[in-house]
Amino acid sequence: MSEALTDTPSTPAANDGLAVLESRKSTAETFGIPLAVLAELTHRCPLQCPYCSNPVELDRASGELTTEEWKKVLSELAEIGVLQIHFSGGEPTARKDLVELVKHASDVGLYTNLITSAVLLTREKLAALADAGLCHVQISFQGNEPVIADRVAGLKDSHRKKIEAAKWTRELDLPLTVNAVMHRQNLHQLPDIIQMAVDLDADRLEVANVQYYGWALKNRAALMPTLAQLEDTTRIVEEASERLKGVLTIDYVVPDYYALRPKKCMGGWGRQFFNISPTGKILPCHAAESITGLEFESVRSNHSIAWIWQNSDAFNRYRGTGWMKEPCKSCEFREIDFGGCRCQAFALTGDAANTDPACALSPMHEAIFKQAEIEAEGATNRFLYRNFAGGTLETGGDGA
Amino acid sequence: MAGARHITVSEESRPVLPRHTKLKFDETRQVWVILAPERVLAPDEIAVEVLKLCDGVSRVAEIVDQLAAKYAAPREAILTDVIAMLQDLADKGFLTEAREKTS
Repeated sequence: MSEALTDTPSTPAANDGLAVLESRKSTAETFGIPLAVLAELTHRCPLQCPYCSNPVELDRASGELTTEEWKKVLSELAEIGVLQIHFSGGEPTARKDLVELVKHASDVGLYTNLITSAVLLTREKLAALADAGLCHVQISFQGNEPVIADRVAGLKDSHRKKIEAAKWTRELDLPLTVNAVMHRQNLHQLPDIIQMAVDLDADRLEVANVQYYGWALKNRAALMPTLAQLEDTTRIVEEASERLKGVLTIDYVVPDYYALRPKKCMGGWGRQFFNISPTGKILPCHAAESITGLEFESVRSNHSIAWIWQNSDAFNRYRGTGWMKEPCKSCEFREIDFGGCRCQAFALTGDAANTDPACALSPMHEAIFKQAEIEAEGATNRFLYRNFAGGTLETGGDGA
Repeated sequence: MAGARHITVSEESRPVLPRHTKLKFDETRQVWVILAPERVLAPDEIAVEVLKLCDGVSRVAEIVDQLAAKYAAPREAILTDVIAMLQDLADKGFLTEAREKTS
């Protein structure tokens, strides 16, 4: 495996706020409140992407927090020291009260970010969000042209709408991040996607290879890139990052099946991140509900958000290093990657306390690496689309 | 297009934080922060002082004069530091410039 395929450790700049603030407030004993929180306002979404990061068992609209409940949550978050709020979903613009929530978040001093598929936006709606204080827009793209993009999204005309919304975003002088989720069936478009981001005047591009939990795990055979594709990708990203310095910032996430070291998932369980599900559960990561046997507390409980973060069993279960088994327990990297991803460990080994098989030190690493290679070379291109019915298989042959 | 936003900081610049970049005192952690897309920066005390003066009206030259007077320090040294600091922020897209006022 080439060196380029391993996770490159990010060296934080001297003025990297996270590093500085973490060193001041977060220690192994007292977990500082995260700087940013992800609010998944709803699981409803007009798109059906087969790698959706939402859980396979989606929250129904009837269970969603009300406008007043979300406002109370936002006020509480600001009060305890959260600085940024990412409004996500599902599709956050499916909530009719989004403008009101953005306004409230701004009023209580939160920096607001909208993570959207953009297909439900109109120029008026986006302008209203900007007026309400929205600070940043992130739009997901499934490709650089409609044929693949609309097929992956499972929604006709979605790509055109996204392009339109991205243009409105810049016209309204909002900073834009293009989020491109990459996999075997669209990786060949990467150079064009990078150019698309430049043409759209985006500030940032996230080249995010699919991470395989939940829906994506069900679709792994249709999505897993080949090793050759990945080597190309790394080369393309490195070349573009250099060429576009000062024009476009590119963040790159590799698929960890092909890495030697696991990712420091969520910066470590319960260390610097939580998200709030549509029904108000406070989760250590958006896939955490896939781990059975963990009870997650809700903002609807009698406990404060700060209490849940500090004290709830779900957060403390895999915090720090005390829960680790071998080979993590005595590993010199245990406080660097915290044993990788708990959700992936659970999904692939049945025990979230096992070493993430993405790690070369996991006894299962070789097997999953081989599996990835086999699936990437020979398997189906047919998607299982994400929906409330538990998924619908793509019609029409191989989908190729 | 994106390149058009990029600015070169000089004594004549009238720098200001763009709308989407916010300088704020974080009460919880008792520290100044710059909030930007997907980023939280922790500027040091000097940077905070400079940024508070970046109102889109004052020129860098004037900001440096104020600081030189306040700290009774050599103007040249302050000028070099301030421009380097502001240029760094500008390169990251966290600083813009007020349009030239034609009076």
